[in-house]
Amino acid sequence: MPAPIRLRELIRTIRTARTQAEEREMIQKECAAIRSSFREEDNTYRCRNVAKLLYMHMLGYPAHFGQLECLKLIASQKFTDKRIGYLGAMLLLDERQDVHLLMTNCIKNDLNHSTQYVQGLALCTLGCMGSSEMCRDLAGEVEKLLKTSNSYLRKKAALCAVHVIRKVPELMEMFLPATKNLLSEKNHGVLHTSVVLLTEMCERSPDMLTHFRKNEKLVPQLVRILKNLIMSGYSPEHDVSGISDPFLQVRILRLLRILGKSDDDSSEAMNDILAQVATNTETSKNVGNAILYETVLTIMDIKSESGLRVLAINILGRFLLNNDKNIRYVALTSLLKTVQTDHNAVQRHRSTIVDCLKDLDVSIKRRAMELSFALVNGNNIRGMMKELLYFLDSCDPEFKADCASGVFLAAEKYAPSKRWHIDTIMRVLTTAGSYVRDDSVPNLIQLITNSVEMHAYTVQRLYKALLDDISQQPLVQVASWCIGEYGDLLVSGQCEEEEPIQVTEDEVLDVLEGLLVSNLSTPVTRGYSLTAIMKLSTRFSSVNRIKKVVSIYGSSIDVELQQRAVEYNALFKKYDHMRPALLERMPIMEKTATNGPTEIVQTNGETESSDSKHMPSIAQPANQANDLLDLLGGHDVGPVIQTALPTKPASAGGELLDLLGDLSLSGGPAPSPTPSVTISQPPFLLDGLSSQPLFNDTAAGIPPMTAYNKNGLKIEFTFERSNPNPNISVITIHASNTTEADMTDFVFQAAVPKTFQLQLLSPSSNVVPALNQGNITQVIRVLNPQKQQLRMRIKLTYTYKGAPVQDLAEVNNFPPQSWQ
Amino acid sequence: MHVTLLTRLAKWYMQFDDDEKQKLIEEVHAVVTVRDAKHTNFVEFRNFKIIYRRYAGLYFCICVDVTDNNLAYLEGIHNFVEVLNEYFHNVCELDLVFNFYKVYTVVDEMFLAGEIRETSQTKVLKQLLMLQSLE
Repeated sequence: MPAPIRLRELIRTIRTARTQAEEREMIQKECAAIRSSFREEDNTYRCRNVAKLLYMHMLGYPAHFGQLECLKLIASQKFTDKRIGYLGAMLLLDERQDVHLLMTNCIKNDLNHSTQYVQGLALCTLGCMGSSEMCRDLAGEVEKLLKTSNSYLRKKAALCAVHVIRKVPELMEMFLPATKNLLSEKNHGVLHTSVVLLTEMCERSPDMLTHFRKNEKLVPQLVRILKNLIMSGYSPEHDVSGISDPFLQVRILRLLRILGKSDDDSSEAMNDILAQVATNTETSKNVGNAILYETVLTIMDIKSESGLRVLAINILGRFLLNNDKNIRYVALTSLLKTVQTDHNAVQRHRSTIVDCLKDLDVSIKRRAMELSFALVNGNNIRGMMKELLYFLDSCDPEFKADCASGVFLAAEKYAPSKRWHIDTIMRVLTTAGSYVRDDSVPNLIQLITNSVEMHAYTVQRLYKALLDDISQQPLVQVASWCIGEYGDLLVSGQCEEEEPIQVTEDEVLDVLEGLLVSNLSTPVTRGYSLTAIMKLSTRFSSVNRIKKVVSIYGSSIDVELQQRAVEYNALFKKYDHMRPALLERMPIMEKTATNGPTEIVQTNGETESSDSKHMPSIAQPANQANDLLDLLGGHDVGPVIQTALPTKPASAGGELLDLLGDLSLSGGPAPSPTPSVTISQPPFLLDGLSSQPLFNDTAAGIPPMTAYNKNGLKIEFTFERSNPNPNISVITIHASNTTEADMTDFVFQAAVPKTFQLQLLSPSSNVVPALNQGNITQVIRVLNPQKQQLRMRIKLTYTYKGAPVQDLAEVNNFPPQSWQ
Repeated sequence: MHVTLLTRLAKWYMQFDDDEKQKLIEEVHAVVTVRDAKHTNFVEFRNFKIIYRRYAGLYFCICVDVTDNNLAYLEGIHNFVEVLNEYFHNVCELDLVFNFYKVYTVVDEMFLAGEIRETSQTKVLKQLLMLQSLE
């Protein structure tokens, strides 16, 4: 066999290939040659062959037949062989193949080799791809090398130890004695790697952390080293742009951060040095900024004094003015983290942050937007809102949804006047209308009903906006709803705030009919406008026109529209006496803070009233309600949690029908496609219980039952019957925990078959303390009009010892007295 | 990584399958090459960060945790490139292609187990020269 070609030749040849196919051909030929050479057990050229194989592997071709050859190379005595062999091992082998275990012995021998370079190679390979078995076997060797005086090896051994600890955390104690002397080294490289090792140990185990804090007096040592670094003069070896060994500085700062977190003594010891670093470091180059950034992060995390914190925030503020966008980005990210705790200090830099909204880079803009929303408060709301609205106009579509929701939130919290609030909403709807989230439409409607004195003004402005442009669906929906409600105000020209416009009834009806026929309107919007037209039949006098429109749509192709039209038609014909009562003005919807059954709009549980302490309970019932649908299964609304439900706005219009109870409107098919009927707790549940004391004195005889008992979590149900309505059972669940760890973020959800109705009230807390020290109670109300046997499916989610746990269970063993 | 998705060198400190590796490389490439000079050098990617810098036709990317200091790793990249420059005497892309195993050695000298190991350029260069003399 002729000698295989050299590596260079191969690379050159492959590079001359002009097409993929040519290249592949060359490679296959070469692979065949290499394979036959391997079979011949040719020692002299093995190294070259494996090198070529590695090159081909880097290009993406399969090269696994070379694995055993790598092992043979490692076992050989020549250095070049070993080097290529280890390289091949790192590239081709990984934990999942058993072949790598064969390497363990070789590495062990090499770790004890006389040449430090060979030892270094072995450490390197172990550090990069050692599996847990290998690490366990070889940890002793690594630890021995950690103590040698050879600094070259010590560095590698330290990082190898880091890898070992990551793979096999139990071995951490083994390295503990070796770390004692690490920090007294002069060699920067060793210092650096030892700091990394110590960081890794402290991050992994809190015990280590306390050990290092108390016994080793680590903090003073580190402070001393850092001081030397800053004070000492020019050291050419580790100098980067005039700062001595910035990498080491950064690492030490990071370790200090971990040591100082929540520990007063350590934090005090660090205060001076942090202040020194913060003031002395040069900021003209990126390096200096890197150190300053790490310092700021450290100051924020430890228990530093307030002067220091202000210094840190000022540094961040200075970063914001820097030309380099990297630094601005980094500053914005950190400010976002600190704005919760140091709100006032960050406020000072508000104008710079707002300027960042105009930056070209997408990530900077996003950060600036989030930060701006966090900084909005009662004082600066007007100014900030102006800037934010301007931003909304000009930003990319991906931001618009978030920005719009943010604006709504902020406006709601801090609106100086109702009129300003409505103006802002109008502005958002007209500029970013199509990006507004669907669930904000019901929220807006609720807002408008609340501001009673502004009704006329609102409806007038909305009408004008509608005349201009009917393409933005949320705007159109809100507008048509308002016109339906307050059309009479519009026509009578009663507006106080603005110049009233003269509108006739026919014009209004024209606009609404236009919506119905327009191609731009979605089915949802059409539903809104049809309902609005219907409502106007009581407010306007031209009833005939409305009757005609409604009867036309009785045969529309769209099922939703058809159903509405038919029902409305029925209203005209058979139930005309009821019509005025049905189509009356809507009552003011309250945004209930607790789990209010009245709130249909609340179903998506947006964090609007985030100030209210019942926030968790708002999100919970909504989530539970949404999840209920999932549990019940077989519904036609997709994943529902916290995202826009396409049918929700439809229900806002159809709410009219729902709210008013179970009038069986003849001619209409079974209730609307929106299963929201089950969510929007119908009023008959309400009627029975709204002013009721929760626990009635009856039903003493129903025995409690254990619904669920697994993994230490026990859930018991106790029953009561409510007096006025014998169809309602009130179940109280008690959740207790017999294990020795708390269960946090405990959420209980339940679903019942379709013939029942369920209502979950907010739980007493969401932590089940360990060892039966306490329990969580939650009240469930079940309506059982058909007196069927009660069955329930429950879903439990909680966090136990840091891991999330989820469980589903069926509860079928309800005592007969509870549902008969 | 070359502009047209030719990976010149890839070093992995976590376990991945081959096709996972390939997919990751493609994703990183897609994310990094669309960004031009007016973007920052940091990108969020899955639950990590990518810190990258472009030198002529090559992108040098490092993938780190979100808690690591961006700017420090940027300096690390620059340090690495300077060492390469010294070692190969005005390095160009072809040098990296033909001497890929040597480049791996440089990587191993400066980074280990996913962390920066040696920061002094002179020291690294000294080691590399010694290793070379053993060949």
